[in-house]
Amino acid sequence: MPPLTETVEAAACTTTPDLTSLLGKDEQEIARVMQICNACRYCEGFCAVFPAMTRRLEFTAADTHYLANLCHNCGACLYACQYAPPHEFAVNVPQAMAKVRGRTYQHYAWPSTFGRLYERQGLTIALALAGGLALFLALAAAMAGGLTDKPLAGNFYAIFPHNLLVVMFGAVFVFAVAAFVVGVVRFWRDISPARDAAPPGATELAKARGPAAVEAVTDIARLRYLGGGHGEGCNEDDDRFTQSRRWFHQLTMYGFLLCFAATSVATLYHYLLAYEAPYPWFSLPVMLGTVGGVGLLIGPAGLLWLNLHRGAERGDAAQRPMDRGFIALLFVVSLTGLALLALRDTRFMALWLAVHLGTVMALFLTLPYGKFAHAVFRTAALFKYALEKRLPNRIAVGSD
Amino acid sequence: MAAEPDVLVIGGGNAALCAALMAREAGATVLLLESAPHSWRGGNSMHVRNLRCMHDAPQDVLVDAYPEEEYWQDLLKVTGGLTDERLARLVIRHSSRCRPWMRRHGVHFQPPLSGALHVARTNAFFMGGGKALVNAYYRSADELGVAVRYDTPVQSLELKDGRFVAAVTERGERIAAKACVLACGGFESNLEWQREAWGRNERGEWPAENFLIRGTRFNQGVLLKFMLDAGADAIGDPTQAHCVAIDARAPLYDGGICTRIDCVSLGVVVNREAQRFYDEGEDFWPKRYAIWGRLVAQQPGQTAWSIIDRKAVGRFMPPVFPGTRAESLEELAQKIGLDIATFTATLNAYNAACRPGTFDHTVLDNCRTEGLTPPKTHWAQPIDAPPFFAYPLKPGITFTYLGMKTDESAAVRFAGVPSANLFAAGEMMAGNVLGKGYTAGVGMSIGTAFGRIAGVNAAASAGFHHPEFKEELAYAAAH
Ligand SMILES: Cc1cc2nc3c(=O)[nH]c(=O)nc-3n(C[C@H](O)[C@H](O)[C@H](O)COP(=O)(O)OP(=O)(O)OC[C@H]3O[C@@H](n4cnc5c(N)ncnc54)[C@H](O)[C@@H]3O)c2cc1C
Ligand code: SF4
Ligand code: SF4
Repeated sequence: MPPLTETVEAAACTTTPDLTSLLGKDEQEIARVMQICNACRYCEGFCAVFPAMTRRLEFTAADTHYLANLCHNCGACLYACQYAPPHEFAVNVPQAMAKVRGRTYQHYAWPSTFGRLYERQGLTIALALAGGLALFLALAAAMAGGLTDKPLAGNFYAIFPHNLLVVMFGAVFVFAVAAFVVGVVRFWRDISPARDAAPPGATELAKARGPAAVEAVTDIARLRYLGGGHGEGCNEDDDRFTQSRRWFHQLTMYGFLLCFAATSVATLYHYLLAYEAPYPWFSLPVMLGTVGGVGLLIGPAGLLWLNLHRGAERGDAAQRPMDRGFIALLFVVSLTGLALLALRDTRFMALWLAVHLGTVMALFLTLPYGKFAHAVFRTAALFKYALEKRLPNRIAVGSD
Repeated sequence: MAAEPDVLVIGGGNAALCAALMAREAGATVLLLESAPHSWRGGNSMHVRNLRCMHDAPQDVLVDAYPEEEYWQDLLKVTGGLTDERLARLVIRHSSRCRPWMRRHGVHFQPPLSGALHVARTNAFFMGGGKALVNAYYRSADELGVAVRYDTPVQSLELKDGRFVAAVTERGERIAAKACVLACGGFESNLEWQREAWGRNERGEWPAENFLIRGTRFNQGVLLKFMLDAGADAIGDPTQAHCVAIDARAPLYDGGICTRIDCVSLGVVVNREAQRFYDEGEDFWPKRYAIWGRLVAQQPGQTAWSIIDRKAVGRFMPPVFPGTRAESLEELAQKIGLDIATFTATLNAYNAACRPGTFDHTVLDNCRTEGLTPPKTHWAQPIDAPPFFAYPLKPGITFTYLGMKTDESAAVRFAGVPSANLFAAGEMMAGNVLGKGYTAGVGMSIGTAFGRIAGVNAAASAGFHHPEFKEELAYAAAH
């Protein structure tokens, strides 16, 4: 694969006058559109993409991947653009960004051949789900001797030994983390040209890291860039602003984190306190998991509904299977998890446990090869942005 | 809308929307007719970025103060006195108090865009630009129940003894109303009219044939012409317009803000004969860019090239189209099709005339030429560091100033008598305040003030009184 640091087009330095000479591949479309935006800048107040753009005069392929992952596809700059189609400049920033985001995930996937999975997301998720379910159903049948049995008083480990689960999920999880670390390190290297670290940048960079990290984390925690710059929210299928996507995403994100926290607390209980599941309803892991699970039901349901209704001109239609597949998977994981909680004292526990673990396994398996990647690369891009804006601007157009 | 509306607003840009919203707030039923389809709605207003605002102390996005007197002096200077002081001061004072109302209708303000810091004190920027503003007003209009019809150009009006009776659309539909606001822009989009107005020059050329229109294609001036023919009192001169030098490769319409070329003061400008023709460093670029449209319009073929070298790259707002690049001046001349010998002679003469100095683009520095006509009085540095770049220029018309004469009521006048129910706002009457010249953001100040006034008065003439505007208007009108 060619390195992304290659210059797409030295915009200010070409001899070809017409903009269409920049048309073509996805990265080139961003370079083309950004050249128009950079001469216009009306959208500077909406999000981080435009201020980041003004620090550049030309856009390398790596720059386009950086900008693409800064974009949250809020839509504000499409509905406010005087050059949006039917204008001949045909500026559609969210769409250009979305297409390249898809390429980022693919390009930085590790191992790189797995990047192909992004092209067949429907199939990938279906296979992962089928595989996960089959695995656990078969295991359950083999180990417990059947899928419905006498009630086991919620004792999961009577069906799957704890250590077996730890090894299986631990391995997949560690693999996912490793895949993301490799990908994001490569991404980071590409989007941070050596010039940033050169003196006097080096000391400034060191000083900027702490505050930049705080800013990036706060912006993510508040989903600042789904606020449209003015805080009134983002656009769905017209120029109206709404908070719905922000709220549903918050429910999803915090729901996911709470479920993750529930598992972590349970693991600590298990190993540190030798306190083993099943935990009572009002124990910390169950409460975290329940609240998180509810968030992870409402959030994805809302996001899916919005996704199904969102204007087609925005985003990349080719990524719909990825978006919807991931959202649906989260929903199913949460649904089966909550159902398991409700059924854990019945004879269906074994069945539901297998179903739930199968879906969780599917989620973990597809984590590095699906929509979850957006969280990783967007975090990196936001951190990069927060760092960059604390460094001196090499371009002095603002000073005149 | 089945029943006849109280107020008919013709046009779909800032002035029209301000009028429609105010009339509706007053309680009148309002129908707005926009000639453009939904996707092109908003006229020139969808291209704007800021509003010039008077303020006596820092105000949210505005720093320091920009008092009435200073604003007035600025206006007086750019118009060379071709302005109506009463109306101008009304606009100025209104600009200090209109933004809360704009915010209520969904307009968001932000500090100046990067590259526009020179107006941080005087101009409030719209977040997302004019299209975001227009969208917000249309949303608000929709929520308040203003009826809007797109794709509905109005062809003529039915008038009776100076009163508005009905409008007739291009498709022949007759729409009657109790009162009417005309806010359908100047005639900048009408190439035929521009050609006629600018006439033929001494070289036998029709200069307007080479003009580009920076904004909408829908301001054909149909109703302006109709009204002037119908005997409405006129103001202004048809050749007066806001006219800047823009990239010659811009589209004929709607090139908007991004086609401007901001490197003139960093290099030299030559015409088709490869000759310089004006001091490129006379003053700061923001103060000079509005005269370069006319300067280029006077050159053969209404075209020119802005020439810079490597030293200027990154010092000006990046242009939308890439420049023609060359490693030598000869190659550059050849690539842009100018006579190589003349071009290099012009550049060499300029380079030789540059006196050493300390280059500083943020002040009127001491880098100037000596013994050169025309001189370059600031920021004159030899153009000698390859690569060299050339950007082709043409005149770009922003909007025209010929309009209808009005007083503070925004009423259209026939032989000095104001109409009881026909009003004008925005570009259609901006010439009252702006006889010539321009200063950034004043177009929106005029359109917002008179749009709101016209809406209120149109509603009043139909029997509806706006509950709140009186105070603001009294403040604005008290001189
Ligand atoms: C590129 C550009 C940038 C600018 N930037 C600024 C700026 O930053 N600040 C500033 O103050 N000013 C700016 N201006 C000037 C500003 O656009 C105008 O002063 C202002 O928008 C005029 O508003 P208006 O409502 O009178 O006209 P417009 O906004 O042009 O509205 C006229 C409307 O009437 C409609 N119409 C025309 N004919 C008919 C008909 N026969 N029937 C029905 N409808 C009709 C048109 O479709 C249009 O919707 C800029 C102009 C341009 C072109
Ligand atoms: S999206 Fe459109 S309006 Fe916004 S900065 Fe880009 S060109 Fe300008
Ligand atoms: S869609 Fe939203 S986040 Fe993306 S570039 Fe436009 S304004 Fe920024």
